[in-house]
Amino acid sequence: METILLLAHPEAGGALAKSAREALHAARALNKAIPGSSLVVGLAGESVQAAADSIAACPATKYYGVAGADFGPSRYSTDAAAAEALCKAAGATIVVAPATSRWNRVLPGVSQRLGGRVDCHVTGIADAAGKPAINRWYYRQRMEASLTRAQRPWFLLIDPGSQTACDCGAGAAAVEMVAAQPAQGGPRTTVLGIREPKADAQTIRPDSPLLFVTGAGWTKKQADGLTHVPEAEKLILGFLKLTRASLGSSKSLVDLGGEGQAVLPFLSHLNQIGQTGATPRHAKGLSTCCHGEEPHTVGWRFIGERRAISLDPNCGWARGKADVLYVADAFAVIAKVNELLAGNP
Amino acid sequence: MSTAYQIVVCGGIVPDPLQTLEPATGPAGPALKNEMMLPAILDPWAAHALYEAANLARNVPGSKVWLVSLGPKAKLQQVMMTVAQKVPFELVALDSPGGGFTEAAEVAAALAGATQAIPGLDKSRLLLFGGWESASRGAGATLQMAGERLGITDQFQGVDELKVNPDGSLEILERIEGGRHQLSRCAGPPAVLGWATGNLPEPKNNPQVGMANMRAVMPALQKAAPVKLAGEGLAFLSVSLPKQLRATQIVKDKSPDDIAKEIIEWIRK
Repeated sequence: METILLLAHPEAGGALAKSAREALHAARALNKAIPGSSLVVGLAGESVQAAADSIAACPATKYYGVAGADFGPSRYSTDAAAAEALCKAAGATIVVAPATSRWNRVLPGVSQRLGGRVDCHVTGIADAAGKPAINRWYYRQRMEASLTRAQRPWFLLIDPGSQTACDCGAGAAAVEMVAAQPAQGGPRTTVLGIREPKADAQTIRPDSPLLFVTGAGWTKKQADGLTHVPEAEKLILGFLKLTRASLGSSKSLVDLGGEGQAVLPFLSHLNQIGQTGATPRHAKGLSTCCHGEEPHTVGWRFIGERRAISLDPNCGWARGKADVLYVADAFAVIAKVNELLAGNP
Repeated sequence: MSTAYQIVVCGGIVPDPLQTLEPATGPAGPALKNEMMLPAILDPWAAHALYEAANLARNVPGSKVWLVSLGPKAKLQQVMMTVAQKVPFELVALDSPGGGFTEAAEVAAALAGATQAIPGLDKSRLLLFGGWESASRGAGATLQMAGERLGITDQFQGVDELKVNPDGSLEILERIEGGRHQLSRCAGPPAVLGWATGNLPEPKNNPQVGMANMRAVMPALQKAAPVKLAGEGLAFLSVSLPKQLRATQIVKDKSPDDIAKEIIEWIRK
């Protein structure tokens, strides 16, 4: 009989993030698909009661918690100790967690400790004749596989945005506290803080409905034979400010700096999407001045509606990949978009 | 007390990303069509890890870099012809089919075993580097499991920067959600660092470095230990290419004004 453990950590305010509720949805789907299975919840953090209460109406039969100041920060040694203790206390055979940077860092190691197996970047849960099965992507989102495993415990890290969030309500949850054993002598790692761009300079907005993809064409010579990098910068930042879109970039545009070419200073490798970048999930995507074939386009694999602006009607980035391709000068179109949005926000 | 680092970089080989990839069913399960014919490169994030390792070793006298790489021997040799010209390292080769559909836990066991077998390795000065994910399996799990097998419980993933403080502690910048970084201080080695992009450009080819490396690379390839990756307990139900084609509507003859209005309407819908 499978015991499915949802692992989550509370956010700073004590609540559960949307990604945790998505993982709970996946855990519940497994629970429904596997006859005789049970669903339990394990929480680790500085304090866990508020997070447990926030999902108390979910069908979990038991809540376990590891709490204390040591377990607040996102740190391998303490997170591993907490997850190990929770898995053992619950007798978990399947462990479901959101694929956050925190759980991605630590759960593969915990699976090793417990003699199990792990799959990160899970995008789907399936029922293979009463056995749990999952979907995940290989070769940087270029092929999708469905697989199942015999080993237990099986750790599944659910990619944020791939599931609907569980909407189970709040209540009063009885949390059984579990003792975790961090390394002797205390942690050797201290979390010093978070570094992030100033609010108005942050261009990566995972919660935005729109992804704005910029390609190398923005810094290339235009019809007048000259580059217009300052104008490109103004147009792109203006568009982001007016739409609150998230900014993605092709690798070629990010890499131009290393080749001594003009660059857009607000772009970094963090903005990069595609083969060696991110594959974000947004409802809509608008690409501008992008070009390239299949390997480059995986960056918007998980974008719902896609539109592109390009001067090349046969552009491999857009043709067959976008719903609408506008054959036009992105400088002119985005300037007009910005003008209209500024006049009628 | 020595302050030098013993840096072991785990890095596999992957098909050149510009190649067309198609799944095929082989005798041992899923594989790539014409896999042995596809040109290969060192995995991109592992390559960043290798460049960062070499940079750290250059700045801390006495440090040394090993590259532990698992893949088909012939392919490894082909890739090493290029990689060996980039930075100084000693190769530890493991002969195995490799590929994206291999089991991360089994690969981790092989990498950890090869690391432990490095003669004279001082584990108290060990920094285990690698890419935070591969461009093939993309598990994002192998390095953590290898670290656990080596008893290392200070681990960092998505690393973009490593600084050594005067007291020997390490300051590490890790990618987290929303385009942010977490800054941590680790007391020192041993530690596992799964690199994202880092900050260094790809080094230019240096024939002198290449010649020095290749003297050891060829013997390392000759004595590469065979590794069996059985994929025990793992069953693939299907592997397929996504349905990619969309019926793209091509709009050629609209003015920028009209396109702008249409885009705004679409964004607001």
